[in-house]
Amino acid sequence: MAVRRLASEAIQPASFAFDAENLAWAKTVIARYPEGRQASAVIPLLWRAQEQHDYWLPKAAIEYVAEMLGMAYIRVLEVATFYTMFNLEPVGRFFVQLCGTTPCRLRGADDIIKVCHDRIGDQRHVTADGNFSWLEVECLGACCNAPMVQINNDYYEDLTAENFTKLLDDLAAGRPVKKGSQIGRTASEPVGELTTLTDASLYDGSVVGAWRKRFEEEAAKAEAPVDTQAIAAQAAAEPKPAKPSSARPEQASDTPAHRVAAGKAPVSKAKKAGAADKNKTDATAPELPLGEEPKKTARKKAEKADESKG
Amino acid sequence: MAKIIVDGTEIDVPAEFTLLQACEAAGAEVPRFCFHERLSIAGNCRMCLVEVKGGPPKPTASCAMSVRDLRPGPNGEPPVVLTTSPMVKKAREGVMEFLLINHPLDCPICDQGGECDLQDQAMAYGVDTSRFAENKRAVEDKYIGPLVKTQMNRCIQCTRCVRFTTEVAGIAELGAIGRGEDMEITTYLEKAMSSEMQGNVIDLCPVGALTSKPYAFKARPWELSKTESVDVMDALGSAIRVDARGREVMRILPRLNEAVNEEWISDKTRFIWDGLRSQRLDRPYIREKGKLRPASWGEAFAAIAARVKAAKPEGIGAIAGDLASVEEMFALKLLMEGLGSKNIDGRQDGTVLHPKFGRASYLFNATVQGIEDADVILLVGSNPRKEASVLNARIRKRWRAGGLTVARIGEPADLTYAVTDLGAGPETLAELASGKHSFAATIAKAKRPLVIVGQGALTRADGLAVFALAAKVASSAAEPAEGWNGLSVLHTAAARVGALDLGLVPGEGGLDAKAMAAGGVEVLFLMGADEIEVGPGPFVVYQGTHGDKGAHRADVILPGAAYTEKSGLYVNTEGRVQLGNRAGFPPGEAREDWAILRALSDVLGRKLPFDSLSDLRKGLFAAHPHMAGIDAIAAGSAVDAAALAKAGGAIDKAPFRDAIGDLYLTNPIARASAVMADCSAIASGRVPAAAE
Repeated sequence: MAVRRLASEAIQPASFAFDAENLAWAKTVIARYPEGRQASAVIPLLWRAQEQHDYWLPKAAIEYVAEMLGMAYIRVLEVATFYTMFNLEPVGRFFVQLCGTTPCRLRGADDIIKVCHDRIGDQRHVTADGNFSWLEVECLGACCNAPMVQINNDYYEDLTAENFTKLLDDLAAGRPVKKGSQIGRTASEPVGELTTLTDASLYDGSVVGAWRKRFEEEAAKAEAPVDTQAIAAQAAAEPKPAKPSSARPEQASDTPAHRVAAGKAPVSKAKKAGAADKNKTDATAPELPLGEEPKKTARKKAEKADESKG
Repeated sequence: MAKIIVDGTEIDVPAEFTLLQACEAAGAEVPRFCFHERLSIAGNCRMCLVEVKGGPPKPTASCAMSVRDLRPGPNGEPPVVLTTSPMVKKAREGVMEFLLINHPLDCPICDQGGECDLQDQAMAYGVDTSRFAENKRAVEDKYIGPLVKTQMNRCIQCTRCVRFTTEVAGIAELGAIGRGEDMEITTYLEKAMSSEMQGNVIDLCPVGALTSKPYAFKARPWELSKTESVDVMDALGSAIRVDARGREVMRILPRLNEAVNEEWISDKTRFIWDGLRSQRLDRPYIREKGKLRPASWGEAFAAIAARVKAAKPEGIGAIAGDLASVEEMFALKLLMEGLGSKNIDGRQDGTVLHPKFGRASYLFNATVQGIEDADVILLVGSNPRKEASVLNARIRKRWRAGGLTVARIGEPADLTYAVTDLGAGPETLAELASGKHSFAATIAKAKRPLVIVGQGALTRADGLAVFALAAKVASSAAEPAEGWNGLSVLHTAAARVGALDLGLVPGEGGLDAKAMAAGGVEVLFLMGADEIEVGPGPFVVYQGTHGDKGAHRADVILPGAAYTEKSGLYVNTEGRVQLGNRAGFPPGEAREDWAILRALSDVLGRKLPFDSLSDLRKGLFAAHPHMAGIDAIAAGSAVDAAALAKAGGAIDKAPFRDAIGDLYLTNPIARASAVMADCSAIASGRVPAAAE
């Protein structure tokens, strides 16, 4: 975001007034609020003023709205500068608001930005023919169809550098363009074939009321007398699995720490002598049972040894 | 009342207290930037974070949470507030670090240095280093008028200035545009602020973003001598602190006085000080062959003595001006009595007020604080915004609290609150007094109706009749509250009530100010009286401070001391006796006014009976005991409206005119001030506002 100021005096219109239709609309909006709370209508009115005035708010419109609502000019200026949806400077006939937030970036908004730079120029700059200007904005909420832009009031989604270039060309030439997804999908339905919710039974009505059936079954089960014999038989047939370590003997420990704890030398002289021999393997390393994590056991045991020492 | 434990001390506070107030009641210090007692709560600086038990489990902005919002403990223990816990310390350090991220390190060239809240609190609650290595934000400086200088890089966006101008001053001109880091304080398109109290934003700004433009880079606070005094720019008598370096007054700040000015002062009070330096009379002058020439005190006194001795007693007159203190007016009165003259007047504006109707007939009887109790206010020929800006803010405060009707008979003007215009002149007042006007019912129903009578209604030929009508209206409430006297006179001059208290009015057969100025006397003594046109004829002795209207007409000039250069008593419009103190010495050969009169009396052979200011005051207090009650009001008994009416006579049809034309040019000091001239030009629209 940047510092937002009114457009230069040279391009400010001398006056602004709602046309008859907007004026009637404005009166209904103001009438929504109780007496003395007309200032609540400031945002809708500013927005309508912006729509009427080529999508940007001149100083005259701010003052017009302020006078209409009985507000101080500075209060309306505060609102107009706070919300970035109010353009304080002229925009192109096609005002491209490009989403530059994470999902769109991941799906290739950088390419679209490059097209904007090439086709239109810098942000907040209107092309010489007055057709285009663009602005990077935060998430517009169409992440499913990223990357996307908003041009005037419509979303254009699933953009690539190619189809976005064509879109701009078509708009400039006045040819009809397709709103929404540019790759032919409807709304945000999957691209290509369905990958989830493919089970046909989901759609044939068979699952309707399934939840109730399940509840009824469970309720019936709870009401039936408990068959203790059956439970005992099942317990006998399927004994509860014991903990994996319960049947195993205590692991023989032979680490330097254990040896010290037992009053022996941590490393025998023979081993020290052979330490430099690369070909020699450590035959005394205990074989670990399957599934046992070697590091963890060793550390645990070392700790235990330390405790007993302390 | 609710119990709360602050740092281990259990205290009992009203439930509507905020935690910050509760902490202060318990003696715990809570730092703050955006919170201010007299403004609405914004809660955006986050400096006042405290830890609470019985509320949200996170640091809580104590300014925005009230005591009643906290839950008691499981066994009904009172909620606990901690202001010194590790969590609070860490929170404050964090907030301070954030505030300092974008605050420039320009304290050595900042005018706020030495009295900066941010500086002080960074020392007390901050950490010694910053982890922020990036560029600081830069903000364009704004033009918001000739009085307030902006350095917007320093702004911490507390919005105190925005809230002050909107709520207290009543002008919705300052605002915060943009958002987040880019938020900027400005007026609409950098127009100058139109408030006559805008200088107060300088005091409110906790950093150096808004500083005094005339005082910019002039002095540091620690090199100034600070003198507590009283303002004389209007009849309100705001409490001020005069900061002087050596002989020169460098600035004037408000002092807290709940009964008079709360903590605000008007721009005229605050920025008048440059007028104390220019156009000063620093030696006596004598007019010879139509031109003034510098003279010695002896020569000047001799010239006066020659004329006075040649004149008959009834050919000598004296007029006291708007800024005179009680002491010098007392000395003047004694001198005139000594000379056997009855021509003395302290009412150069020609007001009809007279001590013979009792003290209550010329006081703001409801008192300034009493405005907050009023339920109906009727303004008669008064524009309080010009006549006493701070008092006008008090009316606005009362109006904002709700349930107040303000009506006016007089010139329409924007007073920053809703006013119903009943009419323009005395006829409407007469209708109201006779009960024919529809508004009479509103006053009849009121418990505490306040009728503010301005000098615009009293300086007319039919002033007394108007005042009698106003008195009748003020007493027309059906069931007035006990002890309420709503008839209130709003004066325009600091000296006026003092003069009336002393009886500076013409004696039996004496001439009033107008008759004297028109040439009814041979020798006319003007004591700082500049607002009256003296016709050809009298030999004029002008004793005053500035080379202004009076001095231009004078035949002998005696240089006196301005209000910051003498110790003196002033009685404000509500009758409160206040003591002004000396912050410096008068320039050159100028002397304190009572001393000049004492010396002159000796030359005239009518030696005054005192040799020192304390002797003078002894005599003054003996003659007028209520003058000894500093800061107190000796209330008068209620005015007898019938007696007034008998003295009044018929009313005129002419509409009321405001007593003050140009707010910024009402007295010789203001007329000598370049800052006041700028303000006057902007106020009258002669200069495009953003002419910088």
